[in-house]
Amino acid sequence: MSKSLAEWISSLCLTVALCFLALGCGGKHERAVNVVGSTSVQPFAEFLAEEYMAAHAEENVEVQGGGSTAGLQAVANQLADIGMCSRSLTEDEEKQFSGTTIARDGLAIVVNPGNPVTELTTDQLRALFSGSIRSWKDVGGEDGPVRPITREEGSGTRESFTHLVMGKERISRAALTQESNGAVKELVKGDPAAIGYMSLGLVGSELKAIKVDGVEPTGENVIADQYKLARPFLFITEGTLRPEAQRFMDYVLSPEGQRTLESEGLVRAK
Amino acid sequence: MRQDKLIAAALMIVAFSAVSGLALITVFIFKSGLPLIIESGARGFFLSLDWDPKNGSFGILSMIVGSLAVTAGAMIIGTVFGLGLAIVLTQFCPREIAAILKPLIELLAGIPSVVYGFIGVVTIAPLIRTHLGGPGLSVLAASIVLGVMVLPTVTSISVDAIKAVPRSYWEGSIALGATEWQSTYMVLLKAARSGIVAAIILGMGRAVGETMAVIMVAGNTLEIPHGPLDAVRTLTSNIALEMGYASGKHRDALFATAVTLFIIIMILNTAALLIAKRGVRGGGR
Repeated sequence: MSKSLAEWISSLCLTVALCFLALGCGGKHERAVNVVGSTSVQPFAEFLAEEYMAAHAEENVEVQGGGSTAGLQAVANQLADIGMCSRSLTEDEEKQFSGTTIARDGLAIVVNPGNPVTELTTDQLRALFSGSIRSWKDVGGEDGPVRPITREEGSGTRESFTHLVMGKERISRAALTQESNGAVKELVKGDPAAIGYMSLGLVGSELKAIKVDGVEPTGENVIADQYKLARPFLFITEGTLRPEAQRFMDYVLSPEGQRTLESEGLVRAK
Repeated sequence: MRQDKLIAAALMIVAFSAVSGLALITVFIFKSGLPLIIESGARGFFLSLDWDPKNGSFGILSMIVGSLAVTAGAMIIGTVFGLGLAIVLTQFCPREIAAILKPLIELLAGIPSVVYGFIGVVTIAPLIRTHLGGPGLSVLAASIVLGVMVLPTVTSISVDAIKAVPRSYWEGSIALGATEWQSTYMVLLKAARSGIVAAIILGMGRAVGETMAVIMVAGNTLEIPHGPLDAVRTLTSNIALEMGYASGKHRDALFATAVTLFIIIMILNTAALLIAKRGVRGGGR
């Protein structure tokens, strides 16, 4: 009985060791191109990767979310080939990384379709999100509480929003915090009192994107520099890329890749 | 004989590596988190409301309160339903039905927490928003979701505790003319009290540490909740929400949050051990 147990344990150890060996060898040969970062860029990068792999069967691209800053860290730690970033780089970051604008995106201010408000100014937005306006009545809506929805600390979308709208003011502590564009969408969809911000390309038909300072949030207005809440979508790299990663990058910047991005609701890189 | 010793040694090594893994994690968390707590001072860290990591403010009071509020709510729901279920399963339910019900409740433990969170977001939160008001994502929503999640723990340990009470207690009580409910309430539950309290505290440990489902349904605001319909952020959510981005001081602050959580859980577990021990002594007398 005990002999068979000892044999069993030793054979188990051997199997585990062999598995590790096999994984280690297999992994090195065909390591996929890793693209990691912003959840705003993620769906677009996934779409690009799909199209790219459909056209080039031998290539392998893996896209993961996690957030803009997480993407930068992944690149710095060599866990990813390309980082996705949905905000401009800070000065410090610019020294370390190089960023390539792959597209530009509007920052849409979204409310529930049942909310009668269709237009806000930047000042009103700032007041709504900092908590100094507490009723929709003050901005032309129905009497009722305002529930601002924000993104978590460190999100590229949040940082762009803070930079473009809030300035020195702080987002209210009472603001609900959600960790992805999808979660913000789900919340605004169900709550008539909610107001949130998200990637223009991801708004869809279930939410209402309102005019800011009288300008409709559309791709054309972002290109024409009419709609002020716009930010770049960057691919971040450090040093030289591996050839397979470079090929994907080239594809994204090619007319074909840019067309894909445009058809998905983004604005092509100038 | 030699083989026995070999296996005993191998098992010993495995056991000790598990314990030293735990020790390593503890040392790592405290090493990364404590310096920041000392630097900000206990008052600036534990008793300040101001969490603004970009500008160097790390106050986690609202999250401590949030964690405690959500846990308390979850335990009220979990205890009422879990203990109720345990009583029904052991006392008032035909054996065949109990044999089906108990494994079903234990199955609840196997559902991933994201699924609970998702159900909370798409059904419970909207129900609360439309019928009770507030943002929907709230202490109440998180308590309901967590309450269901701790049910299996509370129920199955309570069932074991009640079943461990000698049959003669029950028979004696019935013989004295007490009704079934009186015997259950006044004799069985009293005798099984320490086991039941241990069940509740173990469930509480699960509720304090749960992350994914809570992030989805608690709303994650930075304010102290004024009622069950307000949104809150818990300690675990704070770590999970921001860890992807954190670096430098911010990262240390998240480790300090983990230290706080660690201490809270240690207190709960010590309490559970003490109560369980008292139960053994009481039973032996």
